Amino acid sequence: MNKILFSSVSKKFVMAVAGLFLLLFLPVHLIINFMLLKNDPAPFNSAAHFMASFPLIKIIEAILFGALLIHLSYGIWLQIQNWLARPVGYAGGNKSETSFFSKFMIWTGLSVLTFMVLHFFNFYFIKLGLVPGNPQDFYSVAHNLFKIPAYNYIYLVCFVLLGLHLFHAFSSGFQTLGLNHRIWTPVVKVFAWIYSIGIPAGFAIISLTLWLYR
Amino acid sequence: MLDALNKKLIEANNDPVAFDHDCREGICGSCGMFINGHPHGPVSAITTCHLSMRYFKDGETIWIEPWRAKPFPVIKDLIVDRSAFDKIQTAGGFISVNTGAAPEANSIPVKKKNADEAFDSSICIGCGACVAACKNASAMLFVSAKISQFALLPQGRVEAKDRVRAMVEKMDELGFGNCSNTGACEAECPKEIKLTNIARLNREYYKAY
Repeated sequence: MNKILFSSVSKKFVMAVAGLFLLLFLPVHLIINFMLLKNDPAPFNSAAHFMASFPLIKIIEAILFGALLIHLSYGIWLQIQNWLARPVGYAGGNKSETSFFSKFMIWTGLSVLTFMVLHFFNFYFIKLGLVPGNPQDFYSVAHNLFKIPAYNYIYLVCFVLLGLHLFHAFSSGFQTLGLNHRIWTPVVKVFAWIYSIGIPAGFAIISLTLWLYR
Repeated sequence: MLDALNKKLIEANNDPVAFDHDCREGICGSCGMFINGHPHGPVSAITTCHLSMRYFKDGETIWIEPWRAKPFPVIKDLIVDRSAFDKIQTAGGFISVNTGAAPEANSIPVKKKNADEAFDSSICIGCGACVAACKNASAMLFVSAKISQFALLPQGRVEAKDRVRAMVEKMDELGFGNCSNTGACEAECPKEIKLTNIARLNREYYKAY
């Protein structure tokens, strides 16, 4: 049983499934965040309240955290094994042609994780009552945060790094699941471009609009 | 170039540089070495033995290293022990056929597409360039080529599940890294083995359980 669960192919499979599930969450988050651009706080706060209280969403949230934990722990585990597989590197460097963003997946992933911890302190932990704040008015919490230039800098850098992570992750996930096809793989790669640019750009537009124009 | 270098070293009573070679026709895979940051040198789709000096500039410094991977320990200078590949192949890279008269070759129809793809996978020479190029020292391209050449043909389907389980298990046991789909293996393979083989290996593995 251990051979099935912990073989290199199985670990990659689990990581890919968890990662692709996480990809579904980002567009939902972005759509809700666009409500921050309205002058009326009610739609955003209602959506936030719905996301925090609807039972089905609570189940999905638990799965989401599970997927995040699995993706993160398996990612670190696989990376450590990869480092151990080449204890002595090339003195003259490795100039092999490769997917550029794939070289930095562990670092872009850990950077996004660091931002998520900050994000939890600013929002999720308020909802749980672990950090002081008004969980009924996340609209104001978000607007106040986006007034701080340093927060915007961190936010924008993290979303650029997320975009770099997503670009390789999207098509790599399909390849790991064995879904490589003469016609569909190029289509997946186009979607990877659209997704990895579109999603971070959407979050960045909200940050820049609230910071510079409100 | 290495022969010329070694001639000079021997004439000066120095030890020659140890390097591996056999066929010098680009089909045995024994001449692998890391040249100027690339397995088999900077020219694509050829082995080291086919890498001519005309591909380098006059007076250029050429940087040569052995393959670097934990499962490929360096024996001496540029020679590494690639027997890890033999162990993976022995674990399942074969078909079991009863002895006796050879069966009629055309009794089992094979699609032309499958035959072509199986042939393309079978031309892997097991040189180890994929492992050398991969930042994770992963052997997935090699193993997937060996899996594919059998999985695509009816004769190989019989033991397909046992084969993929055994070969992946042996690959993991030997300490190769994990595939992160960087594509370096495909870019550097002297026989142009495709990444589609790795997707096929993944599919075969999932089907095996």
